[in-house]
Amino acid sequence: MILRAGNLSLAFGAVRALDGVSLDLWPGEVLAVVGESGSGKSTLLRVLAGQMRPDAGRVLYADATGAEREIGALTEAELRRLWRSEWGFVQQNPRDGLRMGVSAGGNVGERLMAAGCRHYGTIREEAAEWMRRVELDPARMDDSPRTFSGGMQQRLQIARTLVTRPRLVFMDEPTGGLDVSVQAKLLDLIRGLVADLGLAVVLVTHDIAAARLLAHRIVVMRHGRVVEQGLTDRVLDDPRHEYTQLLVASVLAA
Amino acid sequence: MNDIALRVEGLAKGFTLHLQGGASFPVLRDEALEVRAGECVALAGPSGAGKSTLMRCLYGNYGSDDGRIRLRHRGALLDLAAADPRLVREVRRETLGYVSQFLRVIPRVSAREVVAEPLAERGTPRAEALARAEALLTRLNLPRRLHDLPPATFSGGEQQRLNLARGFAPGYPLLLLDEPTASLDAANREVVVALIAEAKQAGAAIIGIFHDIEVRDRVADRLHEVRPLPDAA
Repeated sequence: MILRAGNLSLAFGAVRALDGVSLDLWPGEVLAVVGESGSGKSTLLRVLAGQMRPDAGRVLYADATGAEREIGALTEAELRRLWRSEWGFVQQNPRDGLRMGVSAGGNVGERLMAAGCRHYGTIREEAAEWMRRVELDPARMDDSPRTFSGGMQQRLQIARTLVTRPRLVFMDEPTGGLDVSVQAKLLDLIRGLVADLGLAVVLVTHDIAAARLLAHRIVVMRHGRVVEQGLTDRVLDDPRHEYTQLLVASVLAA
Repeated sequence: MNDIALRVEGLAKGFTLHLQGGASFPVLRDEALEVRAGECVALAGPSGAGKSTLMRCLYGNYGSDDGRIRLRHRGALLDLAAADPRLVREVRRETLGYVSQFLRVIPRVSAREVVAEPLAERGTPRAEALARAEALLTRLNLPRRLHDLPPATFSGGEQQRLNLARGFAPGYPLLLLDEPTASLDAANREVVVALIAEAKQAGAAIIGIFHDIEVRDRVADRLHEVRPLPDAA
């Protein structure tokens, strides 16, 4: 087990964003959290990632040494250390995950520097290699990400996130703002990288097709509760809960 | 008996359609089936009787409402109907293969890689997995120029052959075949008949739905009748 959440609850005023949510994640496993806007899925991601405190319940993370850490009990410094060395986060909007004033190569390289890498030549070489892996031209290393398209920026954010070889990656609607043609390419790229690196991923998405392509397992959320969960193809091909049936029936077959 | 590959007991499966006013209908009830290593069993019964539903339950693609699906995995019988998702994935990786009629295309992944993928997941070195994929695709007469292309634009028959190659490549001890020759010409039908015979020879247990009676009678050791349930309404 790499991540375990037990009985998470969080209310914003009268709105119960999380209402008794429990889930487990295993190393190398991709878990998709699906649901509509307001289902609580993004709140869940923030709580799992230690960016928000739940009113009740707790999140346990088994770190690289095998020690179990309670996320809510970590100090700011400990949490920052996790983000530098073991965790990654891919934002829906790449401009939130990138530093727009820093060059493309710098965006990738500075994560390596933060993780302790000091040799300039190595950092530059590694940054170039990661640009290649996400199908960006390393010749554009010194360009500003502002000159990149949305799809390119998203791929750059993925390179920036994965360059430090995290064990656990949180993704919030990673294909959300992109054109459909760009989405397919990005999903395929993510799929390949996740498999090659053996990453554990919590993916929040409202895109059922993306969940089917990437996830081993699906959690369906509604009104802050998990209404159904299981093996991806079982949940999508044999949905039991009324809400899951509605979600699946709303997808145009492709 | 340790040559039992699959033993289904008391299997029940129905559907409740919440979007259609909560209509419920049972499809399978008290289904029982036993298949031994090296044996091929063909599911028979009229269209709509639940043959494909049974296959999907056996693969864990449909959840069962009741009963047990015991299959031999890592030397022991385990109940797939009660297995958690991680265990189902392990069983699918090592033990249980499924050739469906449809190919779910992954953008940009070549035909050869689609076939090699399940082998690589079992730990076969990449070069060896790709070579085996190549050999099977060639045997199924898929033109070499297509091997490096993503199968999105393939014809129905080409996609079916790709599915077959993907299903037969790893040598699963238990293999489910849903209409494996539906879109194939005579020559490729012969290849499939030979692949099934070889898999049986190697000790695989095979369960199939075959609309082609001639193929069915050549490959199946016996029939298992799936009977439509009397209408609940």
